Formats: sequence, structure tokens, C-alpha cells
Amino acid sequence: MATGIRDKVAVIGMGCSRFGERWDCGPEELMVEAYLEAIKDAGIEPTQLDAAWFSTHIDEIGTGKGGTPLSIALRLPNIAVTRVENFCASGSEAFRGAVYAVAAGAADIALAVGVEKLKDTGYGGLPVGTMGTYIPQTAPNGSAPGNFAQLASAYRAKHKVSREDLKRAIAHVSVKSHANGSKNPKAHLRNIVTEEQVIGAPMIAEPLGLFDCCGVSDGAAAAIVTTPEIARALGKKDLVYVKALQLSVSNGMESQHNSWDGSYFHTARIAARKAYHEAGIDRPREQVSMIEVHDCFSVTELVTMEDLFISPEGQGWKDVMDGFYDSDGSVPCQIDGGLKCFGHPIGASGLRMLYEMYLQLQGRAGDRQLANPTIGLTHNLGGAPASNVCSVAIIGL
Amino acid sequence: MIGITAYGAYVPRLRLQKKAMAQANAWLAPNLMGKAKGERSFGNWDEDAITFAVEAARDALGNDDDRSHIKALYFASTTAPFADRLNAGIVQAALTLDATIQAADISGSQKAGLTALAQALCVAQAAPNGAHPAILVAAGDRRVPKAVSAQEFDYGDGGAAMVVGRDQILAEWLGGAASTVDFVDHFRGSDEDFDYHWEERWIRDEGFQKIVPPVLKRALANAGLEPAHIDHFILPSTFKGVAEGLAKKIGLKPEAVVDNLAAQVGETGCAHGLLMLAGVLEKAHPGQTILVAQFGQGCEALVFKVTDEIATFKPAKGLSGWLANRKEETSYMKYLVFNGLVEWDKGMRAEKDNKTALTTLYRYNDGILGLVGGKCKVTGTVQYPRTRISVAPNAPEVDTQEPYKFAERAARILTYSADYLTYSMNPPNHYGQIDFDGGGRIFMDIADVEPGEIDSGTEVRMAFRVKEWDDRRGFTRYFWKAVPVR
Repeated sequence: MATGIRDKVAVIGMGCSRFGERWDCGPEELMVEAYLEAIKDAGIEPTQLDAAWFSTHIDEIGTGKGGTPLSIALRLPNIAVTRVENFCASGSEAFRGAVYAVAAGAADIALAVGVEKLKDTGYGGLPVGTMGTYIPQTAPNGSAPGNFAQLASAYRAKHKVSREDLKRAIAHVSVKSHANGSKNPKAHLRNIVTEEQVIGAPMIAEPLGLFDCCGVSDGAAAAIVTTPEIARALGKKDLVYVKALQLSVSNGMESQHNSWDGSYFHTARIAARKAYHEAGIDRPREQVSMIEVHDCFSVTELVTMEDLFISPEGQGWKDVMDGFYDSDGSVPCQIDGGLKCFGHPIGASGLRMLYEMYLQLQGRAGDRQLANPTIGLTHNLGGAPASNVCSVAIIGL
Repeated sequence: MIGITAYGAYVPRLRLQKKAMAQANAWLAPNLMGKAKGERSFGNWDEDAITFAVEAARDALGNDDDRSHIKALYFASTTAPFADRLNAGIVQAALTLDATIQAADISGSQKAGLTALAQALCVAQAAPNGAHPAILVAAGDRRVPKAVSAQEFDYGDGGAAMVVGRDQILAEWLGGAASTVDFVDHFRGSDEDFDYHWEERWIRDEGFQKIVPPVLKRALANAGLEPAHIDHFILPSTFKGVAEGLAKKIGLKPEAVVDNLAAQVGETGCAHGLLMLAGVLEKAHPGQTILVAQFGQGCEALVFKVTDEIATFKPAKGLSGWLANRKEETSYMKYLVFNGLVEWDKGMRAEKDNKTALTTLYRYNDGILGLVGGKCKVTGTVQYPRTRISVAPNAPEVDTQEPYKFAERAARILTYSADYLTYSMNPPNHYGQIDFDGGGRIFMDIADVEPGEIDSGTEVRMAFRVKEWDDRRGFTRYFWKAVPVR
């Protein structure tokens, strides 16, 4: 029986570029921006890095394939660089690789960097991609919002929620994230919006309007991890430990078997259960201080509150409306603005979520600092509701 | 005895109002205001000659997806998507007909549909004693004339299908006749997009009036009937009064002339004779006789006598059902866009390369074109696509999947969205997870739907449609889509 990752690895440095439409930067400059902050925060020299994990999702634009783009951009000392890709959970995947290398004793100090340069496409939204040679012959010509929007019709049908109630609940999700993002100098979108603005915005994919969709952003984030012993030897105090790292991947059940009802993420529930077990958490609604979830779309965040077992099933929309997840609520969610407003450079997002949890745990989150958080959870999801990868990570003091 | 054993029709849902067409163009072509009456059918952007023929064939074959009795297939069209790839092969795959059948494309003339039917009858007749030949004839045309032309008002889109054989004959084949005359009323060169037409008066006087009557007379003689015996006379023509004039000329009863659907559908090319025949069979009584003819570089004419069996057959929807399944459209611009007649700004998202891996298409041919999935012979789990390891949660059997057809099964929408972001010829693009009665789920496009019309639980049927075009290479990709049941 695996003993799990709990308290075996500590985070000693993190960095994150400013997210947004970074017309001034290519992916290389974004990675450098995040890396320089992380290595300064860790207080180590590049020669102390033993291995690196590099996440980026889209091949057609950005850095291209392989580990070389990271090694060349950062001028790493010819160490191992492994490029990982796992949809929008790629950043969490890079972190997982680095953490596991340290836990395995294969590396004393490891680096994880995620980047995405999305604004080189010439149009809004995500680049149009293909998935092999079979899927394009049958799957609809859809989009990310169209895929995730489908949660809404199934959630309404299952929980007997009216179109209007659900639209208002998901609007509140976005209003809250904009309020949080307005306090984050690195966030892509820093404007405050009202529920009326969100509800009245142009439709993107029914029922998701413009403000129900996250920012399409350029950005990079980085983490440096080591063993608690080495961290202390480096003079680090109040260590931030990795408590759990879980990943669950769809096996086709949701998209091919009638047992899934379309209203939730099967993988998220599995990953959450395993992560709580690994971290020794049995009452998440009380024990988790704060969460950064994969709010690619407002409706995703809403159902995720239930998939993480923080809101009871079918009640998530009411908790949202009651302010349970607001910055002054019981479990603040997206305190940095989330994907919605911090932005969503795909390969960087998982690491960006951890960056905010890390800052909060260390009391370094500035205007948006929460009072005495001890456990932060990040949830990173890639693909579509019917076929996805879901990562749940927990870090804490 | 040889004859028609099943018939079907298909008319796409959109009906462009001719008044709207005429008004849109009145500044440019005021002469067309005279045609501003009634409506014409036009296909959604994802329909073509093949999809029309497939729908018509399904209308004839019904929802029994065991089609192993069909021994040959003739597909007729002058607007088929491929010049060199057997278009009938796509129809065969979509209908999951046996691979052992003979299939052929019949083209080159507006009478090709009737020629295909005549060929099928001859082949059935030539079958050995004791054999049970069943031959499917399916026709479809999507003729796209130049914008602001008279033909735009006269033409319509649609398909028709007939099964001929020896068993349970609905209309006995009494005889027929044909002629081949290189009379060029119009033509379309191999590399051209549009037809080129000669003068209407010449076509009527030298063409219809002189070429058709002798063929009709020979067909009647061959069938052993006098002109006055004919109860239904079918002759497609876009020229007013041509059928009536010919009927009078050869002594047919005036009331025998069948309405050519000009005010509801328009002329559906080489499918039109068969489409009108499908309409007549839907209403015909035992003992009635039918003379069906079509003009085009000569003439093809066939004579049938309706049998007592006619009451035992009903097409799935029939011409009357498809005519009733209509949506009035007043946007001439939509017609132009759907038919590729304007260069509109599709946006960068439309720049996606739609190259089809032909190896992949062939490897999963029955799944992609036939919508055939799998059923686990151990657990009974139904799934799409068919895979070596079955999807059944916690019971992944290996190599137990047997082919399972989805196309004729009732289905419902589980989840959906109406997507305004993605590139679509008809935004918003509707798609979702579709659950089938009896099990199985497919993520697919939802077609022929308006915003706000569907929700989780809406009942849908499957329709064979164009999935995408590969404009760079001239390839048409097909798949199935869900259409709300109406």
C-alpha cells in the first residue's frame, strides 16, 4: 500500500509571470519571468537544480515540442528536462513530476515550469486544434465553452434548477472572481463586474456568456521543490508541504456509457476522495482553508464545489449564492481571481494555482491575504466533462 | 411478376419563400417577380445529393436495420460529390447494405433516376427463377444554379428511393420505353459549377413536344395499355403546362396529370420523377395505372399497375410527411450561404485543415459511415465506438463486442450546448451527448434546430449528413447527426 506523498516534499520557491495579453513576450520570456522569481524565492543557484519538468499544452503555437525550449530559455545546466502535456492539467502534471522525483530520491531539488503563449493565434478564444485522425471524423466541431456548457443542461435536469436560477448562480461565480482578481496585480482581468453585466453579456455557448468564460492569457509559473531536510538546511522556516497529489483520468465511461448523467465530473470525485485520504482530511468543508479550482467556465466551478465534497450534491448553486465561496466566505475560492481573471495560460495554470496557495500559506498575498490559512487545495481539469483528466493537489503548513 | 416493393421520399426542411427571393432581387431582375409564388425546398448546409438519397432510402426501407435482402444499389444524381469515388458506395455504407452487393452511380442526365429504376427492373427480371432479387434505387440532387436565375426559382432539393423485386409487389412493372437523343437543352461541363441553358421555347417545342410523345406511346404499347387507361401521368418539367400539353397530345386523361410540386418543392433534378412517383404511390388505389417519364437527352418512360399490396406498405414518413415537416425561410442570403454562392468571412477558426486520413476512414468505415457500434456478447453493454475492451464500468470484457447498429434507434439528448464561438455554417452550432434507447451514447452534432428549441430529454433521430468539407482537396466527410423528432 502506497504511503502517499504527504509531508515528504516541501515547496521552497515559486514564481509567476504577470498573466494577460503579453504582446511584449514570447513563451521564452514568460518562462524566464516566472523562473527568476522562483529561483530568487528559493535562494539557490541554477547549478543546484537536478532535474526539471516542463509543461505546455499546445504544439501549434508557443514553444513547440520537447524539453529543449525550457532548457534553452533558462540556460539550465544540461539537466534532465521532461516535457509533459495533460490538457489543462499540464501545469499540475509538471509539479507532480518534480515532486515525485524529489520524493523518490532521484533529485534533491527539482524545478517545474509551465507556460502557454496563446495570444499568437490572431483571434480570440483558444486555438482550434485536432485530436488525431479518428475523432475529427465523428466529434462535433465544438469549442471549450460549448463542451463545458453541457454541464448546465444536465445539472438543471437532474436537480430541477430553473434556467434563470442557474444563470444567476453562475453569474455570481464570475462576479466573485472579478472582485478577487481586481486585487491581484498579476491578474489578466482586474475589472469589477455586476451580476447584471454578466447575465446580459453576449452569448458564447448557451448558457455561458462572455463573462462566464475565463481569460485566454499568456503566462508562465514555476515551482522549486526539495525534501524538508534540504529545505531546512537551506534555512527555510514555516515550510509549505505537499500534502496530496492525485490525478484521475476518464476511461470513456462518461462519453460511452449511459451510467453518467452529464451533470458532474466523475474524475474529480475520484481524485478528491483520494487526495483527502492522502492528506488525512475527512471533513473538507471545515478543514480546507481555501481552494483554487479549474474555473475555465463559471458552470465548471459551480459543479466542482460538489465534486470536491465541499457543497452537498445539488446544493452547490445555493452555497454560491449564499457567498460561501466569496473572499469573506467560509471557504474562499479563486482568491487570486482564478482562471476567470488571473487568466488561463493552459500549461501554467496548475502551477499558478499552487503559487497563490503558497503565497497565502506564507502570508505574502498582499491585499487579498486571508486570515491564517493552513490548507490550500488546487483542482485542475483538462478536456471536457465527458472525457477529461482531473488533478487535485493539497499543500499546507 | 416484377415491380416496386417499397418507396420513399425526402424533402429537406427548409422552404425558401419565392416572394422573398424575388423581392431580394427585384432591383436586379424585376422579370423574376412573375415567379414570386409558392416555395422551394433547399437543403441545410450539410446536406447533398448523397444525404438526400440516404434519407429517401431509409424512408423506403423503414427502421428495420437488417437490410441483407438488398442485392444491388443504383444511385442516381447529376450533383454527386465525387467524380471518381463510387458515390453509391457511400450510400451503401450509410445504409449498412451488404458488401456483397453490386452498386453503381448513374448520372449524366435529368432522366438518370428513371434510367436507374429501369435498369433495376431489368436486372430483377433477369434473376434466375426462385431468386428473390431486391434492388434499391436511390436518387438525390442538389442543383445549384447561378444566383438570380430563373432556375433558382424552379429547382428544389430532395431525394427519392424505390426498391424493386419479386416479392410483395406494390406496383407491377408493365413495361416501358426509352430514347437517347443528343438534344442539349442545358449542359454543365466537367469543370464548371453552373449549368448553361438554351432558349425555353426551343426546349419545349423541339424537345419535349417532339422527343417525349413517341417514347410514351411505345411505353404504353409495350405495357399493353391505351392512353386513356392511365390514371397517373408523371412528367417533370419546369415549364408550365408541358405535361398537360403532352397528355392532351397523346390522349391521356387531363386529370391523370400529376402535380409537379413546383409550388412546394421545385424540381429535384434526376430524383424528381421518382419523387413524384413516391407521392403517387402513397395515395394510389389497387388497379390504378401509372405512366412515369422524364426528359433529358432523350426520354425514359415506365408503366406500372398498382396491386392490392399497396395498402400493406407505408414509408417511414413519405412525401406527404416530409412536405409537412417544413420550416419557412425568408432569408435569401441563407440560401446563398448554404449553397456556396457568396464568399463570406468565415473567420480564422474555419482555417482548420479538414484533411481526412483515408486509412482511418476505412479502418472504422462501418462506425463512421454506418453508425455501427458494438454490443458486448457477455454483458450486453452497448457502446459507440466498438472497441477491443468494452466500456462497461468495472466489467471490461475483452474482444466481446459484436457489431450493433445505432442509426435507426430512438434517442434523446442528454446534454447539449448552442455554441456561438466555434465556426459553423449555421450558428450557433448545436451538439451534445445523445443517449440511445436500448443503450449507447454518442457525442454528436445536432442539426436542423433553432436556438431554444431543444433541452436535455428532447427526442432525436439520426440523420446522415456532411460532417465537413475539405476544400483544399475536394473531399466531403460524412457522419451522422441528431435531428429533433418532429
